[in-house]
Amino acid sequence: MSSSQNGPQGELPSEILLALSKSEPILSSEAFPLYKSADAKSALDRLGSRSMITYETIDREDAILEPEAVEIEANGSHEARVFEALSKALGGLTVQELEKAVGDKNVAKLGQGKAFKSKWIAKGKDGKLVASADSIQDVTREQLQIISRTRTHPDPKVVTELKKRKLVKMQKVISYKIRKGPKFALQMVKEETDLTADMLASGAWKTAAFKPYNFKSLGADQNAGALHPLNKVRHEFRQIFFEMGFEEMPTNRFVETGFWNFDALFVPQQHPARDLQDTFYISDPKLADKPHAETEDDKADYEAYWKNVQGVHETGKYGSIGYRYPWAEEESLRLVLRTHTTAISTAMLHKLASQKGPDGRPPPARYFSIDRVFRNETVDATHLAEFHQVEGVIADYGLSLGGLMEFMQIFFTKMGIEDLRFKPAYNPYTEPSMEIFSFHKGLNKLVEIGNSGMFRPEMLESMGLPKDMRVFGWGLSLERPTMIKYKVNNIRELLGHKVDLAFIERNPAVRLEKT
Amino acid sequence: MPTISVDKAELYKTLGQEYTTEEFEELCFEFGIELDEDTTNQERPIVNGKQEAPQLKIEIPANRYDMLCFEGIALMLNIFRGKTPFPNYRLVEPKGGKMQTVTVTKDTLKVRPYVAGAILRNIKFTQASYDSFISLQDKLHQNLARQRTLVAIGTHDLDTIKGPFTYEALPPKDIKFAPLNQTKEMDAEELMQFYENDKHLGKYLHIIRDKPVYPVIYDSQRIVCSMPPIINGNHSKISVNTTNIFIEMTGTDRTKLEVVNHIMVTMFSQYCAEPFTIEPVKIVSEHNGESRITPNLDPREATAEVDYINNCCGLEESPEQICKLLAKMCYAAKPSTKDKNIIDVSIPVTRADVLHQCDIMEDVAIGYGFNNLPRTSPNKASTIAQPLMINKLGDIVRMEAAMAGWSEVMPLILCSHDENFAWLNRKDDGKTAVKLANPKTAEYQVVRTSLLPGLLKTIRENKKHSVPIKLFEVSDVAFKDISLERKSRNERHFAAAWYGKTSGFEIVHGLLDRVLLMLKTAFLTHEEGLEGKKLDYEVKEDPSKPDGYWIEEIDEPTFFAGHAAAIYLRLDGKQARIGEFGILHPTVLDKFELRYPVSTLEINLEVFL
Repeated sequence: MSSSQNGPQGELPSEILLALSKSEPILSSEAFPLYKSADAKSALDRLGSRSMITYETIDREDAILEPEAVEIEANGSHEARVFEALSKALGGLTVQELEKAVGDKNVAKLGQGKAFKSKWIAKGKDGKLVASADSIQDVTREQLQIISRTRTHPDPKVVTELKKRKLVKMQKVISYKIRKGPKFALQMVKEETDLTADMLASGAWKTAAFKPYNFKSLGADQNAGALHPLNKVRHEFRQIFFEMGFEEMPTNRFVETGFWNFDALFVPQQHPARDLQDTFYISDPKLADKPHAETEDDKADYEAYWKNVQGVHETGKYGSIGYRYPWAEEESLRLVLRTHTTAISTAMLHKLASQKGPDGRPPPARYFSIDRVFRNETVDATHLAEFHQVEGVIADYGLSLGGLMEFMQIFFTKMGIEDLRFKPAYNPYTEPSMEIFSFHKGLNKLVEIGNSGMFRPEMLESMGLPKDMRVFGWGLSLERPTMIKYKVNNIRELLGHKVDLAFIERNPAVRLEKT
Repeated sequence: MPTISVDKAELYKTLGQEYTTEEFEELCFEFGIELDEDTTNQERPIVNGKQEAPQLKIEIPANRYDMLCFEGIALMLNIFRGKTPFPNYRLVEPKGGKMQTVTVTKDTLKVRPYVAGAILRNIKFTQASYDSFISLQDKLHQNLARQRTLVAIGTHDLDTIKGPFTYEALPPKDIKFAPLNQTKEMDAEELMQFYENDKHLGKYLHIIRDKPVYPVIYDSQRIVCSMPPIINGNHSKISVNTTNIFIEMTGTDRTKLEVVNHIMVTMFSQYCAEPFTIEPVKIVSEHNGESRITPNLDPREATAEVDYINNCCGLEESPEQICKLLAKMCYAAKPSTKDKNIIDVSIPVTRADVLHQCDIMEDVAIGYGFNNLPRTSPNKASTIAQPLMINKLGDIVRMEAAMAGWSEVMPLILCSHDENFAWLNRKDDGKTAVKLANPKTAEYQVVRTSLLPGLLKTIRENKKHSVPIKLFEVSDVAFKDISLERKSRNERHFAAAWYGKTSGFEIVHGLLDRVLLMLKTAFLTHEEGLEGKKLDYEVKEDPSKPDGYWIEEIDEPTFFAGHAAAIYLRLDGKQARIGEFGILHPTVLDKFELRYPVSTLEINLEVFL
């Protein structure tokens, strides 16, 4: 039943089918001992997927004879060979004669010892070796013969003993017990992998055999385009702002002046935020113009605004004692990369001051923006020189802190964050200032999720906004909630050129309200 | 925000109450400070063979200089909890004796014009309070005094020196003394060299180094008390056993000088034999009209409007009740006798952060508890939502590019000068890019004028990704524009890059066609009214010609010869070059370490607004 010697792997399936047609079941290790187990398996799988055969895998350990054991199996054990030689020689043999008779010095030497022990031989009177038993049983040889035949021994102790004597070794063998399958045939039928237009046209689909679909693997790659995860989160935030009646601010302006980025926000000129270590200053172009109208419809009085800002810093104004320091115009005209989008909010609120609603006063307004800001930070896992600030501003008459907290509650509930708590904080341009915290279940602690407050009268009244118009402002970074949401530990894995494209391609759609 | 370390057991003792970490955290939260760390369960350093006692590390708001030390935190928390009234700080002139004076010479105007002083008499330090005294000076120097530039403090053992004092400004060669903890006498020039590489003092030398004269304070025997803002003399050095302390402060900012004085004396006068008393020092400074007695501990008298406070907080509290809340925040307040809507508020000198009644209003809210304030509807007026048009346009292009199978990336806006110019084989004409003055690394030298460097760097970092890689970005670049107030303007661009074993030139071209089709812009061929090969780059109105876009081959070093084109657009008769696409030149690929061909596309979107 053995197959053709060294047949190419491609022929194995037909050989298996042929063998099965003759007897069933067959064992691969017996029927096709020359094939590698892996080749056998791939052939069996081909047949199995067509239901032409079935098979089960059998793992076993075979006992294999070592070279010494092969010799014993053929010629007998050393002691048996010594006995044979002596029992043939009448009157015994000298050691030298024995060696000659056995034909192997080593076998003769080892065999003597054991034969003496078993009392098969003895020393004769003349000092010669003689056989002292009539007949013997060569147990080792018999055991090895059984193992050679069956690759095991009914008594496991024997195998263990022989292993100790280094006569046999164990070898793992995988073999397959093969039976006919429901679609057994001697010929392999060509299987179609897909239904094609040609098959529809020719009607071949009616007779064709189809390869079963592998329902355990993924479908084909879509080569899909993808939006950046951070922009997807940004989109959600924008939607929330739109739902709540906010107008998007023109934040497409990276370069600001000390005036708009700091002074107008009542940030004193010696404030640490204005240090070279924190703010990017511009070397080219050098200096800004003083604030002035840049469109014809802009009727605001920029000169008055400039003077008001100077006054409120230097000597105080609008009921404020000011910071009382000499305010330098040059510092105000230095160009900077905006450190926050609040520079734009300030310009928007200044514009608002010269607008007139139906009652002749600046109308209530809601502004927002989500855009890039720049800090001269030392880069680490949570800091980059650039990040996105989410900012909202509400200007209205008679606003109260309770309204601000209620608003933040509604705002954050829309992204699945509830139970806010507010902590007093300090910010040069808002008073009161409230840090917004929420209990994070994963981290099991309160985490700060944003900053908020009411803009200071020094800032608003300098613009010409009426005293009873109050303005809420709040801000958060876009990156931080995104990092918490997607468990990103390093901001560089989220923003910048080091982001892994696979992260962009595989990031699920953003649904902030789902926690 | 400064973080202050305080001894936990000592603080709870002073507060008269033990707290769990959570309870103390809660107290801090309501008051507006933050418990950063409780070191009780941590490995603590061993100092002089003794393990440091458990510390609380408390973050203080940057404007609350009255809480930069143990004494201040303990006092303010006790006042907030209603356990202690605000102390009555008093000036007490020396018994029988004459007030100490500091006479200022005119030359100090050239370097550091202002000086103030104060004396703490019969003070009794413990090691802990002495350490706190030293540490407070340090914190004030770092924060309010902006690394000693605005104000510098010197403290002296008054029993080793003798007034009257003078504050002078002299050429460095003429100032000779042994500085603190040194025995060798040196002149100021030598001293500046001596401290050149000092880890602690080196960073302050620049404040006066190039001045013709250096500030110096002498006693009546010409003993140098200090050479501000660098170092004190060794002669008048204080120790834990010092009983009479002369504090002098010099500075360039008069307002902050007084604040520093107030904080120093209010925080530590509690350890004087007669607590909360301070001996004043007379400053004689006729040349600039700054002669006065320092410190002036009179509270600032201000008023606050009841309806403003109630309105902002959403409360309806009586003036009396508001005054009670204010007492928790260190104010002495009482309803005005003249106007029912007015509260007269005395703001203690420790509360230098209070500038306007909005600060008083905030303190009412903190006293009441932010989280106890009644919630109201935030919707007073209805407003109309409105997107920014350039963002709306940008989003359309983003969606179309993604739908066409391209992936969006968000590289940084700042880049190196080379990445923006030389690596793209482009020249800097000096009129284009906004350049940064003080970047910490060469990665951030200019604001990009093109989206290409970011796309190429993203590919460089993702070379393990299977090819082709198809990336796009819609974002802003910035250009110099001296006609504008801020001397620069942003421009919204759309750019894409293909990276693969073949150039992808036609695919990038196809993406351009697709996006412009979605922007309702027709492709114009020469047959449809384009004349000749030469193009007028000027924006010219010509309503007779049809709107649309066309491309013209260009020969620019960024691209591989014969495989690049400029994109022209005519909209409402106005025509302009809006961008270009092509196969990148192999030398560009080399600079960005890219092994396969890259084709790119970049256009200005603003023209489609």
